[in-house]
Amino acid sequence: MKYGRSASFLTGENQGCQRYGPQTGSSPSSCIFWSLNLSDSMATYLEFIQQNEERDGVRFSWNVWPSSRLEATRMVVPLACLLTPLKERPDLPPVQYEPVLCSRPTCKAVLNPLCQVDYRAKLWACNFCFQRNQFPPAYAGISEVNQPAELMPQFSTIDYIVQRGPQTPLIFLYVVDTCLEEEDLQALKESLQMSLSLLHPDALVGLITFGRMVQVHELSCEGISKSYVFRGTKDLTAKQIQDMLGLTRPAVPVQQGRPLQPQEQPVISSRFLQPIHKIDMNLTDLLGELQRDPWPVTQGKRPLRSTGVALSIAVGLLEGTFPNTGARIMLFTGGPPTQGPGMVVGDELKTPIRSWHDIEKDNARFMKKATKHYETLANRTAANGHCIDIYACALDQTGLLEMKCCTNLTGGHMVMGDSFNTSLFKQTFQRVFSKDFNGEFRMAFGASLDVKTSRELKIGGAIGPCISLNAKGPCVSENELGIGGTCQWKICSLDPNTTLAIYFEVVNQHNAPIPQGGRGAVQFVTQYQHSSTQKRIRVTTIARNWADAQNQLQHIEAAFDQEAAAVLMARLGVYRAETEEGPDVLRWLDRQLIRLCQKFGQYNKDDPNSFRLSDSFSLYPQFMFHLRRSPFLQVFNNSPDESSYYRHHFARQDLTQSLIMIQPILYSYSFYGPPEPVLLDSSSILADRILLMDTFFQIVIYLGETIAQWQKAGYQDMPEYENFKHLLQAPLDDAQEILQTRFPMPRYINTEHGGSQARFLLSKVNPSQTHNNLYAWGQESGSPILTDDVSLQVFMDHLKKLAVSSAA
Amino acid sequence: MTSMPGSEMRKPRGLPRSHDACATSGFCRVGCRGCQGLAANADVAERPGGTSGGSGRPGNRKRGPARERSRGSSGVSDRAGAAGVRLPGYGGQQMPGVPHSQYGVYNGPVPGHQQPAPPQGYFPSLGLPSKGSPVSLNSDTSSLAPNFIGPLRTPPTSGAPPPTSGAPLPVGQPAYNQFGQGDVQNGIPASAVQMQRPSVSQPFIPGSTPTSISQLSSFQQYGPSPTSAQQLTNHMARMTIGSVPTSAAPPAGLGYGPSTSVSPASGSFTATGSGLYTPYSSSQGPPPASMTHGLPPTSLSQGVPLAQPAFSGLPLSMQRLPSQGPGYAPPPSSTGIGPSNYPSTTGAPRPSTMQSPPLSGQALAGLPASQPNHLSSPPPPQQAMSGPHPGPPMTGLQGPPPPPTHPSQPGYQIQQNGSFGQVRGSQPNYGGAYPGTPNYGSQPGPPPPPKRLDPDSIPSPIQVIEDDRNNRGSEPFVTGVRGQVPPLVTTNFLVKDQGNTSPRYIRCTSYNIPCTSDMAKQSQVPLAAVIKPLATLPTEETPPYLVDHGESGPIRCNRCKAYMCPFMQFIEGGRRFQCCFCSCVTEVPPHYFQHLDHTGKRVDFYDRPELSLGSYEFLATVDYCKNNKFPNPPAFIFMIDVSYNAVKSGLVRLICEELKSLLDYLPRGGNLEESAIRVGFVTYNKVLHFYNVKSSLAQPQMMVVSDVADMFVPLLDGFLVNVNESRTVIASLLDQIPEMFADTRETETVFAPVIQAGLDALKAAECAGKLFIFHTSLPIAEAPGKLKNRDDKKLINTDKEKTLFQPQTNFYNNLAKDCVAQGCCVDLFLFPNQYLDVATLGVVTYQTGGSIYKYTYFQLETDQERFLNDLRRDVQKEVGFDAVMRVRTSTGIRATDFFGAFYMSNTTDVELAGLDCDKTITVEFKHDDKLSEDSGALLQCALLYTSSAGQRRLRIHNLSLNCCTQLADLYRNCETDTLINYLAKYAYRGVLNNPVKTVRDALINQCAQILACYRKNCASPSSAGQLILPECMKLLPVYLNCVLKSDVLQPGPEVSTDDRAYIRQLVTSMDVAETNVFFYPRLLPLTKVDVDSDALPAAIRNSEERLSKGDMYLLENGLNIFVWVGVNVQQGLIQNLFGVSSFSQISNTMSTLPILENPFSKKVRSIMDMLQAQRSRYMKLIIVKQEDKFEMLFKHFLVEDKSMSGGASYVDFLCHMHKEIRQLLS
Repeated sequence: MKYGRSASFLTGENQGCQRYGPQTGSSPSSCIFWSLNLSDSMATYLEFIQQNEERDGVRFSWNVWPSSRLEATRMVVPLACLLTPLKERPDLPPVQYEPVLCSRPTCKAVLNPLCQVDYRAKLWACNFCFQRNQFPPAYAGISEVNQPAELMPQFSTIDYIVQRGPQTPLIFLYVVDTCLEEEDLQALKESLQMSLSLLHPDALVGLITFGRMVQVHELSCEGISKSYVFRGTKDLTAKQIQDMLGLTRPAVPVQQGRPLQPQEQPVISSRFLQPIHKIDMNLTDLLGELQRDPWPVTQGKRPLRSTGVALSIAVGLLEGTFPNTGARIMLFTGGPPTQGPGMVVGDELKTPIRSWHDIEKDNARFMKKATKHYETLANRTAANGHCIDIYACALDQTGLLEMKCCTNLTGGHMVMGDSFNTSLFKQTFQRVFSKDFNGEFRMAFGASLDVKTSRELKIGGAIGPCISLNAKGPCVSENELGIGGTCQWKICSLDPNTTLAIYFEVVNQHNAPIPQGGRGAVQFVTQYQHSSTQKRIRVTTIARNWADAQNQLQHIEAAFDQEAAAVLMARLGVYRAETEEGPDVLRWLDRQLIRLCQKFGQYNKDDPNSFRLSDSFSLYPQFMFHLRRSPFLQVFNNSPDESSYYRHHFARQDLTQSLIMIQPILYSYSFYGPPEPVLLDSSSILADRILLMDTFFQIVIYLGETIAQWQKAGYQDMPEYENFKHLLQAPLDDAQEILQTRFPMPRYINTEHGGSQARFLLSKVNPSQTHNNLYAWGQESGSPILTDDVSLQVFMDHLKKLAVSSAA
Repeated sequence: MTSMPGSEMRKPRGLPRSHDACATSGFCRVGCRGCQGLAANADVAERPGGTSGGSGRPGNRKRGPARERSRGSSGVSDRAGAAGVRLPGYGGQQMPGVPHSQYGVYNGPVPGHQQPAPPQGYFPSLGLPSKGSPVSLNSDTSSLAPNFIGPLRTPPTSGAPPPTSGAPLPVGQPAYNQFGQGDVQNGIPASAVQMQRPSVSQPFIPGSTPTSISQLSSFQQYGPSPTSAQQLTNHMARMTIGSVPTSAAPPAGLGYGPSTSVSPASGSFTATGSGLYTPYSSSQGPPPASMTHGLPPTSLSQGVPLAQPAFSGLPLSMQRLPSQGPGYAPPPSSTGIGPSNYPSTTGAPRPSTMQSPPLSGQALAGLPASQPNHLSSPPPPQQAMSGPHPGPPMTGLQGPPPPPTHPSQPGYQIQQNGSFGQVRGSQPNYGGAYPGTPNYGSQPGPPPPPKRLDPDSIPSPIQVIEDDRNNRGSEPFVTGVRGQVPPLVTTNFLVKDQGNTSPRYIRCTSYNIPCTSDMAKQSQVPLAAVIKPLATLPTEETPPYLVDHGESGPIRCNRCKAYMCPFMQFIEGGRRFQCCFCSCVTEVPPHYFQHLDHTGKRVDFYDRPELSLGSYEFLATVDYCKNNKFPNPPAFIFMIDVSYNAVKSGLVRLICEELKSLLDYLPRGGNLEESAIRVGFVTYNKVLHFYNVKSSLAQPQMMVVSDVADMFVPLLDGFLVNVNESRTVIASLLDQIPEMFADTRETETVFAPVIQAGLDALKAAECAGKLFIFHTSLPIAEAPGKLKNRDDKKLINTDKEKTLFQPQTNFYNNLAKDCVAQGCCVDLFLFPNQYLDVATLGVVTYQTGGSIYKYTYFQLETDQERFLNDLRRDVQKEVGFDAVMRVRTSTGIRATDFFGAFYMSNTTDVELAGLDCDKTITVEFKHDDKLSEDSGALLQCALLYTSSAGQRRLRIHNLSLNCCTQLADLYRNCETDTLINYLAKYAYRGVLNNPVKTVRDALINQCAQILACYRKNCASPSSAGQLILPECMKLLPVYLNCVLKSDVLQPGPEVSTDDRAYIRQLVTSMDVAETNVFFYPRLLPLTKVDVDSDALPAAIRNSEERLSKGDMYLLENGLNIFVWVGVNVQQGLIQNLFGVSSFSQISNTMSTLPILENPFSKKVRSIMDMLQAQRSRYMKLIIVKQEDKFEMLFKHFLVEDKSMSGGASYVDFLCHMHKEIRQLLS
């Protein structure tokens, strides 16, 4: 078995290789660059893919595109890409001018390196619509040797900084649950106070607290602290809220000779949203004086928590005061909404919050209504370009299932923890305000993503933290995949990791010729508000070759990105799982996998043993195996909240993280050599090893039986066993490294053989040895898992059988 | 005569002034009070105690005191005293000859009326004047009425009666005399005594004569003989009194008797009377007798007094109707319109007769004679009187006869005239009528001078009040005896609780309840009790004891659940007790067992308040608490309007400043060191601001609730706090509130949400409490309970007028219901600058037992003092919360209707979110079975409430009443003030659903029926021209007129809709004392003040005629104090009082008198302070200069005058009433 680089996996670089582990016997050197004139330096498709990803933040499932609709459908895995719009590019200096747009109203593509330019005539031809455009006057001086950045190939991705409209500071509106335990509340208060120091002094902050009532605090009062209070049981329209907060300007009859003062509006809104530098002290005190919700909670009851109304008011407040400017509504809640619109569970403790079981039985009486409430809110928020974060810390569920759309549609964060008084929350929250190399927050607001394609392609849809802007256009397909029917999406909040899956459809007819030497092109135009409050536009233009699937299938096959494909298919599956029954999704996934194997496998009919997959497909079934077992599709053993939480993150993380989620990584530490990645298999659980598993959501350090005994015996404290001490320390250090970069903070679990927490590990590994295959008992080669789940081996056997079956 | 007696029978009070009193035979009373007037009554009285007569006279001289003394001395003597008094009175006053003049005058005015009525009228009038009866008047065409009536009455009574009565009476009379009450008795005894009394009795004699007169036959006969009539003008006068007796001939004899029904009654009366008296006697010892006397006399005295005054007044009338004037004039007191005519003729005579001479000389003689018969009456007639009497009656009957009578009876006539005189206003009508009675005119010989009633001759509230004060103010009122009529509310007296509750807690319209519903219906006298369960007692009296019966709670009857009280009968050696209400027998719990002594009383009788006292409290157990949990201490929430108007007027700042100190004076409920009451604060305009003033906070927190459509309380902890703990935070808040809203531009307000908020807060805190809402404007902001301006003066006097009193929306009713359920009492302070719909805003306040205070056009400088005083008082006064009141009665009657500020969800339980010490509930009773005289009727008022300390308590008041089979007993034990209280409340509620006119007519009609019933069944037969009023009700007309003229029932153009609604609600919770002064304001001549004494100057009647340009007067009605300054007041006084040098410099805007260091100023200010202290609200001071524009305002309160808005003058109204009564009788 060959493993890739050892420790460097932690950086997230090149994990693919490690994962391939066993199967990737050889590098894809055999791949042929078919008529690619892109880069000679690329030795392999792998490198090509990696390079593209680093430069453009784009990974396509297919890097050579089948040239007809029919062929494309036969490829099973759709032509799609993962796009990380704000991928950090420290090496990419933004340009300080407006992009040049194609003059065709239906096109408006941005000038890019793929465009043909007539330097003499100062003309350029749009590579999407072939419109010939005049350069604007500012480009008068261009020539072959004096090209603007956007024409240079290395600037296939480029940032423009544009000056549009007034710059409004970022807005942070804290929505704080006060129905917390004293200790939790204290911790939360401290976190909030701390966060004030992380904000830009000009940033506007607001505070809403809620419990049984909802209080909107006025921040600029001296001598007496004022707040507006709302009943937690009554849903209010935006207009009502604004009226009640006094945000609507009374219809003042226009007085002659006294023009309206334009500054009135800021004055009004500033009552609740104040620049941090002005009210730092006030707010700190206010937070300090926050009391637990004073309403008595009788025995056997949950506190009354008006989350639904609180959010509604927060949304209404921002809607009325700062529409279309970057703003975060940050909801901190310590339990499920128990009253009013959006209530998820009644206040009787004897009625537990809905479980998957209840939902399947259609026994979750509040769910639909609540979901609808939050969906409405989320849509309004998104329409205003604001985002909602949810920080839910409680041992029980908090209604994330119902509230998920708030974050999912607005690009907000969803964080789930056990308590606000844990490092998980504290550090995660702190990381929200982390800064990039320029000292700017790693967040952007109010982005709209515009996708343009060349004529042979149409857009099927997108999956990610976005909503449709319903922009119909010539490049919009009728077949929707994900959020479709549009070529523009709004992403209210995004960070450098936010990744969307975008699905395309090849529309070239089967008998239509491939454009000679033609390449298909896609342009992604992302307009957003940078955390520095600048308006920016990032334009990424990419092109891929067409190939005739009938006679050039091997090219297409070789250019298959199985990692991207796995993630893209997984996103589709998860997306469907949100709306469909779990088994249906699994069946669909299986079916796709089988079809893919049938299409690209090499086998003799009805001879499973003859089945082979090429290297570029070899890992794909394994991903699917783990995906089927993952919490994204399996709800067993997961609460609805957890499922929502996992799916939320899965739908927005980049490819690397997504893969970790699908197939966790396992490292083994021993005296026998440096740490090494090992198979995610029960056979890897050995007595004299320390295992470190990263599932993205959890970091598990597992001490093998012997190691655990040694540790209990205290060998690590003996000078002569210092090496043992080091061994124990090594995984901790590595884990630390992961913890420091990951958002949200993973749950950190330190366990050992036989420990109760070991279940986190045992549930993830491939159950190659179970109580069922008796031969494994007692063997040293691993640890049996008590499960009825099928093992990868069984899965593969079945897959082969089905793939080669002529009946299929 | 009968009437006279009747009056006498009743209460002493009735007695008008001395003059009147003379007329009134009100022995006792008379004796006590109006010496002179009493004289008449005295006659009666005299009869009884001839001996006393001598003493009586002295008494009379001394007047008030004398009376009292006389009473005090002994029953018999009392009478005597009374008699004596009367005599003097007569002698003194009548003698003056004034009578003549008066008569003359009267005659003049009344001519028309008088003519007809005169003859009889006189007599009757006499009767009236005498006591009590009443004064009456012949409203109708004098001639006819008199004639008919006269005949009618006379026949029955006169014919047989005289003799019969005479006989029976005698017997009874004595008793009465002694007892005082027993009119009948009086009559009898009178005979014997009478002789002696004569002098005194003269009046009576007249009365007696009247009796004869009344007896139509006899009278008629007499009548014819002019001589008699003429001669006995005086007699007549008295005769009238006597006449009353006649009908009640026996009564006459009794003196009191008259008041009661006829002789027959006497029997009963005596019995009852004696019974009653005895008790008194027991209490007072010998005095009792006096007591009794006191009562009866009044009535008589009144009549007479009136007559006399009339005379005095007559002079004027004389001018008008010179001829008859004199004669009639006198009558006024009595009434007799018809008489008036005669009077003229008689006028002259009367004087003579009236004058002492007759009295002394003839009268005496006559009296004796008369007395023998019925009482004295018959005899007198014979002599001087007899002549006249007969005459009058005759006249009444026959046209011709009268004339003669008139001449002869001038005095009487005068009286009658007087009545006519009253008619003045109405003259036209009467005139018409009278004219019709040419007979009189002709007969009288003396022209039928239309005469007006002399205001002095008609029953005077001042006199009645004075008399009662003098008679009953000095001795404690001991409640041990069943059915006692307590002193008037205007009298200062102490109460000794000996088993019945103090009149401070319960007052009844009658202390003698008819045994059957038929009787009750017949009399039309409403049976009602005015209950003030938490009344404040003077410091000399002990507040109710608190009784703790342990865990099992108060001992109660098993069936009706009545609480243990002094009337419960222990049987079987104390092992069981029989309920006095339902007769059910209940086991005595072991821990409560006690042996009985030989009288059947428990041995621990005196140790247990619930066995020996009329009022006491039980400590309630948890069973008596809501949700079976002991209540939390109540809370006060201050809710301040901070809209533009409130801020700008300085109100907000004022309130906040005041609250800072006021919060230290929250009621502490007993002896607690600090008040248990928690406080909360809310401000509001279009939205509400709650304040968190938790003690742990560095600064207060404000919470704005703008969702007024769906009100709620945003916080729990920290909203209601202990004042001491949160002192600094509260102070800081109160400092900041005015600042925070200093720049507000918000003019709209909400209202209903404010109450909802308070309610919710109390709900959340699980306690009862009180909201103090300071509100300035019509709530037009968008919110539940939003109101629109619907004020429309055009609706007045239309069928839709009632809508002005009804709430605009039902919303507030429902809200009130919720408030009551929670025990949330709402006090409202209004500061309107325009219409704000008190009728609607007040709904919740009204139904939760709260108070409304209204400061229209509030201005800091002028109204601050008043508002702050009201606020202080309102905050500090003891309040019971979350109360339920239930009135249990013994079988036979039950409480059927309730008036006051409360809510009722069923027909028996009065639910009160809050009940303070000033709130009164009026309960009406109806028969549902027969009552028995033996067992009487019992009331038990039980109030379950939470004290301000948060203790759950039951306050029990027990009252036992007598029952009667004779209407006369009913009329003798009534209390007009209470009656008016009831009627006003009844009428004020009526306007909600009926046109005001209907309500007014109903009121008049009911009163007419009451009086007619009396006239028909109790008064001695007399001329129809006579208005005969029961002694106890002789003020009914004047008070009723005040009610009818009040702003609610007859608004002037300057009265706003809000004011009407405000007053309507205000009156509904008033107690008897408040309604008394509210409807008949107190008018004090300031310039008559004796700087060196503590006493108040004697009040004068509310008529412009009584004001002198050279004086200053103070008028108070419980809401306002006016100081009226005449144009000719000495500059020195002005300087002393106002600190300015001349009349013209006196400022109208003065809200308080300047503090000047001179005796006069000090005295006046101390009087004001005293008055303010007496009232539950701080009265607004208004300085009125004569002939100034504000004078109109002031004149509005001169209730005896014609009002600007069309209200009748007293005199006119009296005539009108008379007409009504006569219509009923015919």
